[in-house]
Amino acid sequence: MSSKKAGVLFQDTPEQREKLEQIIASHKDQPGALMPVLQQAQEVYGYLPIEVQISIAEGLDIPLEEVYGVVTFYAQFSLYPKGQYKISVCLGTACYVKGSGDIYDRLQQKLGIKGGECTPDGKFSLDACRCVGACGLAPVMTINDEVYGKLLPDDIDDILAKYGV
Amino acid sequence: MYRSHVLVCGGTGCTSSNSQQIIDALETEIAAAGLADEVKVVKTGCFGLCALGPIMIVYPEGSFYSEVKPSDVPEIVQEHLLKGRIVKRLLYKETVQENNTKSLNETNFYAKQHRVALRNCGVINPENIDEYIAVDGYEALGKALTEMTPQQVIDVILDSGLRGRGGAGFPTGRKWSFAAANQADQKYVCCNADEGDPGAFMDRSVLEGDPHVVIEAMAIAGYAIGASQGYIYVRAEYPIAVHRLQVAIKQAREYGLLGKDIFGTGFDFDIDLRLGAGAFVCGEETALMTSIEGHRGEPRPRPPFPAVKGLFQKPTILNNVETYANVPQIILKGADWFKSMGTEKSKGTKVFALGGKIKNTGLVEVPMGTTLREIVEEIGGGIPNGKKFKAAQTGGPSGGCIPAEHLDVPIDYDNLIAIGSMMGSGGLIVMDEDTCMVDIAKFFLEFTVDESCGKCTPCRVGTRRLYEMLDKITRGEATLEDLDKMEQLCYYIKANSLCGLGQTAPNPVLSTLRYFRDEYIAHIVDKKCPAGVCKHLMQVTILTDKCKGCTLCARTCPVGAIEGKVKVPHVVNQAKCIKCGACIEKCKFGAIVKK
Repeated sequence: MSSKKAGVLFQDTPEQREKLEQIIASHKDQPGALMPVLQQAQEVYGYLPIEVQISIAEGLDIPLEEVYGVVTFYAQFSLYPKGQYKISVCLGTACYVKGSGDIYDRLQQKLGIKGGECTPDGKFSLDACRCVGACGLAPVMTINDEVYGKLLPDDIDDILAKYGV
Repeated sequence: MYRSHVLVCGGTGCTSSNSQQIIDALETEIAAAGLADEVKVVKTGCFGLCALGPIMIVYPEGSFYSEVKPSDVPEIVQEHLLKGRIVKRLLYKETVQENNTKSLNETNFYAKQHRVALRNCGVINPENIDEYIAVDGYEALGKALTEMTPQQVIDVILDSGLRGRGGAGFPTGRKWSFAAANQADQKYVCCNADEGDPGAFMDRSVLEGDPHVVIEAMAIAGYAIGASQGYIYVRAEYPIAVHRLQVAIKQAREYGLLGKDIFGTGFDFDIDLRLGAGAFVCGEETALMTSIEGHRGEPRPRPPFPAVKGLFQKPTILNNVETYANVPQIILKGADWFKSMGTEKSKGTKVFALGGKIKNTGLVEVPMGTTLREIVEEIGGGIPNGKKFKAAQTGGPSGGCIPAEHLDVPIDYDNLIAIGSMMGSGGLIVMDEDTCMVDIAKFFLEFTVDESCGKCTPCRVGTRRLYEMLDKITRGEATLEDLDKMEQLCYYIKANSLCGLGQTAPNPVLSTLRYFRDEYIAHIVDKKCPAGVCKHLMQVTILTDKCKGCTLCARTCPVGAIEGKVKVPHVVNQAKCIKCGACIEKCKFGAIVKK
């Protein structure tokens, strides 16, 4: 379920670099440090490009292939940047039986991208997720931290309009 | 002293429908009305009735307000809190009687529930350790450390008959006694809070509503097996739960309930949080430990079992959140109290997350042995829109679908397995006649294909082949021979996979084949989807007697599949139609149907 967006060059700011170094230093000798470091690094950069993985591998003295292996194993780590607005449609069972598949289809149509992709302008990325745990509001989708529940396919236009579509 | 307490649900469901705004508005309005010294607002965990969120309860009256909006707050403050007049229009309808209100515990949703694991959820402020202590919190830890030997603790848990609430139902006391028997310089106590079953959210509710109970139980477990370090592995998708756990751990350390020399007994125990990163397989015990160690979350072959070689190769116990939530009360009230609830082989209560096509979606906790019918029809309020019950799915992607004929089976671990499903973590999704059982089986297989870690071939390749076979059926391209092959493959995957994920992955297929074989046959032989879900087996047609030729559908169709002249009934070009249904929604005359 990772987002794809080709052709973005990685550039980091000195602040980001400094934060990354702090994160690595604070976890350096802990057992099992790799996961927390990757999670915090993704918070800093929004994704985990190979440049960041190299720094982490060197900083923690873990082979790069192991770092890459962990990054690609877990759905939450992304090798590519996400959109400014991250849309996530719940395809958990409770939402699915209440029609979240139709919501997902409508969003793909409307945005012209497939699940896991990002719009060319970098504004929206679309992913499916498995249960945000708000099953009482099924079907549910989230846009960044905003939760939209009890959705119908026809609600999509109005909601996207709020984000300037 | 406050004369009134206003409890507002701060669980994920209600927070998603803006309960925080309600709390903010309440505090502003209460201060403006000069009631700040008389009325206290408490943000609690989940009340369970998520369908009607955001929820607010005002004590001492016990008025249960449902679907509250921030704009309702001034009225509640002015009328109820200031003048003592209950705002009837906002009350949960079930509690309203002609002249007075009914207590919440008498409503259908709550009457049959018995709250043990959830007893503090929706009652206390989870971010305040004093409120937990006020309801006997940490007393069980004190009792265990000062009055009991580790062996006595294990004996009580063993005697209580408590079984793991995460799915497999292994006796908790046995797990503890294995780990206690192994000598090592370091042992670990882990908590599985990687609640991955889609549709299950009881662990999240316990963590959000009563985080200290998990901390207390883990400390008790640490004492019982001789461990000084615990890890809670929690889903990163649960930010509220993560935050409350962090707060709770910090408070427990400040109170000396975690750390060195707890209660002056010389017992040391501390807990660290580890966040998952979105891998379902990490709910499997060995995969979870591999993940805490910082690797790809792939399961390891057992034996050696974690009680011998677990986390960092040391003896480890891993229990689920709901299992832990039962422990302190068993220590305090004794094994006999716990044994008095439930069935012969499944003691105590079980929390179910009710979801899908049911009126009262939410969390319910009932004694083991309650029938599915009581849960679905009485507590859950039945199926909305007058539809017919078709099946209840339990156990998530590892479980199965239970048809109407088994609604009266008392639910416990063994009965569910006997009817081809399993307890799992307690997700209970209700399906009505509009749900296609082949499509549901395909849905679960898509999930397992996605989540299979890839370590063993039967699961990695087998589940994908299984998915492809199901896909073929939903496209109407399969033969009856395929059905037999599919069944064989199911048994092959079950017998040969490395871990629980693969061993149970075919269950949704096997259980739907067992109870809904006719639906599979309809897809294969008649090329029809009886529930009208599988797109490839449906045709969109325009009813010539109803169509006015308004051209709206033709203009709506994204692929130009609708042809016709103005004021003449239109026709769908089946070769072009993608069955998206956009035309059906737009037609003002109900002239377009999908069948």
